[in-house]
Amino acid sequence: MTKNRLRQLKERAVKGFFFTHGILSTLVLLGIFALLLYTAVPAFRDIRVGEFLTTKLWDPTSPLKPVYGILSQIMSTLLVTAGALVIAIPIGVGVAAYLSDVAHWRVREIVKPIVEILAGIPSVVVGFLGIVLFGPAIAKIFGIAHGLNALNGSVLLAIMSLPTIISISEDSLNAVPTAYAEASYGLGATRWQTLVRVKIPAALSGIIAAVMLGMGRAIGETMTVLMATGNARSFPTGIFESVRTMTANIAIELGEVPYHTTHYYALFAIGLVLFVITFLVNMAADIVLRKYQEREQ
Amino acid sequence: MSSKTMKIFALAQLALAVFGGTLLLGQKMLQVKGSDTMVNLVQILAEKYMDKNPKQPIAVLGGGSGTGVTGMINGTCEIANTSRDWRQKEIDMAWEKGIRPRFFAVAIDSLSVIVNGKNPLNELTIAQVGAIYRGEVKNWKAVGGPDMKVSLYGRQSNSGTYVFFLEHVLGNKPYTTDMKEMNGNAQIIEGVITDGGGIGYVGVGYIIDQATGKPMKGLKVLNIKKDDKAEAFSPLDKAAVDSGAYPVSRPLWMATSGSPKGTAAGFLAWIVSPEGQKVVEAEGFYPVGGKLMEQNLKNLK
Repeated sequence: MTKNRLRQLKERAVKGFFFTHGILSTLVLLGIFALLLYTAVPAFRDIRVGEFLTTKLWDPTSPLKPVYGILSQIMSTLLVTAGALVIAIPIGVGVAAYLSDVAHWRVREIVKPIVEILAGIPSVVVGFLGIVLFGPAIAKIFGIAHGLNALNGSVLLAIMSLPTIISISEDSLNAVPTAYAEASYGLGATRWQTLVRVKIPAALSGIIAAVMLGMGRAIGETMTVLMATGNARSFPTGIFESVRTMTANIAIELGEVPYHTTHYYALFAIGLVLFVITFLVNMAADIVLRKYQEREQ
Repeated sequence: MSSKTMKIFALAQLALAVFGGTLLLGQKMLQVKGSDTMVNLVQILAEKYMDKNPKQPIAVLGGGSGTGVTGMINGTCEIANTSRDWRQKEIDMAWEKGIRPRFFAVAIDSLSVIVNGKNPLNELTIAQVGAIYRGEVKNWKAVGGPDMKVSLYGRQSNSGTYVFFLEHVLGNKPYTTDMKEMNGNAQIIEGVITDGGGIGYVGVGYIIDQATGKPMKGLKVLNIKKDDKAEAFSPLDKAAVDSGAYPVSRPLWMATSGSPKGTAAGFLAWIVSPEGQKVVEAEGFYPVGGKLMEQNLKNLK
């Protein structure tokens, strides 16, 4: 009797233990959001929300009059991220397809871990490469004065998001049932046709998830873009312009801003906008994923 | 592992932790934080000082003058380095927190305007440099240089050099948003060396290549004149900096709360001594003299 009781109690304790863990991550997210909201909202006592989002100039320490506008930063973040995806998606999916369908298994056993190690390179090291290697190279190739521009940031972010994209895309290509490919070959399709028309569409949900995760990494990355993009506050007019992303701006200014001033709150407001953007990206990814999964079933 | 060895192991760990804790508490590090322009200089000063006084450890961090001031007000450092004067607002904030900042001029820096080595231009007036950084001049041709786009390198707003330049060269009007905002002096130099149309401003201690004793390769230090009629002087010209003929020089400050105590007192007294000032000169900055030095000695007491 008591033994049974004890077992029940133990069972319940274990259940509670795991439940707490599960709920904890949700609580942390809610906590972060609440804190962000709490510290961001006071900014709008002095700044109008519309102005904040649509003004191009950000100059809180101006000797004339402080101006808080983050449109340039939003555009810079989007520009650098979009550039990174344009570079990373073809390469990432290409490498994934090579690893899953073309490469000898021995090659795959060597290449895949190496790709995954790439993910562990600290962002400050990648940024350093941007300064000493990619920046000068970009300047030389395109015949421009310097390489501290949006393109440099995009290239580096592409490198940083490649491991995620390759690894998850390859997993989902491998997860496509072999029967699909066999049926395709049986109908006389070539390997290329099978890969492009059968396997990639079948693995699309995984590939999209991979791209979205890579994009999440690119939007939030700070150190690399801070070091490589020049941080000019002007509105971006092309990939060869120096830009300052939202993350870089927060990192540059949060260290020196006096606490509980409009400038301080405004930096948290940028964080809030960033949070909303990444949240929307993740939600869009989720919706897309679910749609494809439904279609598959 | 038997439970006995486990116990011994745990005990040993505990002993180690307690021992290590007392060690750390017994040897309190002097925290120095602030100006990026000064970080190399103060780092070397600290090393030389620690060679003589191994029992007085000093940690030197950069981050910018603004970071130093904030650090002192928030209690994360004992000495704040700034390459600009403290603002009245900052002094007020410090007083509110019970901090009574005392300032020591430890070196003189002649702020240097640098361009790419291939740029044929040799001199500019203060007004021209200001116009370039306000974005009013976009091509080198307008100031007598080659037909080439100006590419601006500057510091971030937490930098004392950024603020000093804004106040003394730009006439307190905002920088153009086209300026690339770099993390430190070294990054500006790196940028200007590789960028044919580049212009930047850095502390004089950064432009000398320690190996050769000359300005770095690929870099040109512009001579600056007060106005059209004045003579142009180089920031490397000691006599011109001393006499004030070079128009953009400034003292570099270290601040303590109240009169310095302990390691801070010894360190500052040594920096302003002839021996410390020799190190300042060896690092490419200029020694402090006259009234500023008198002030230093008074503040040490």
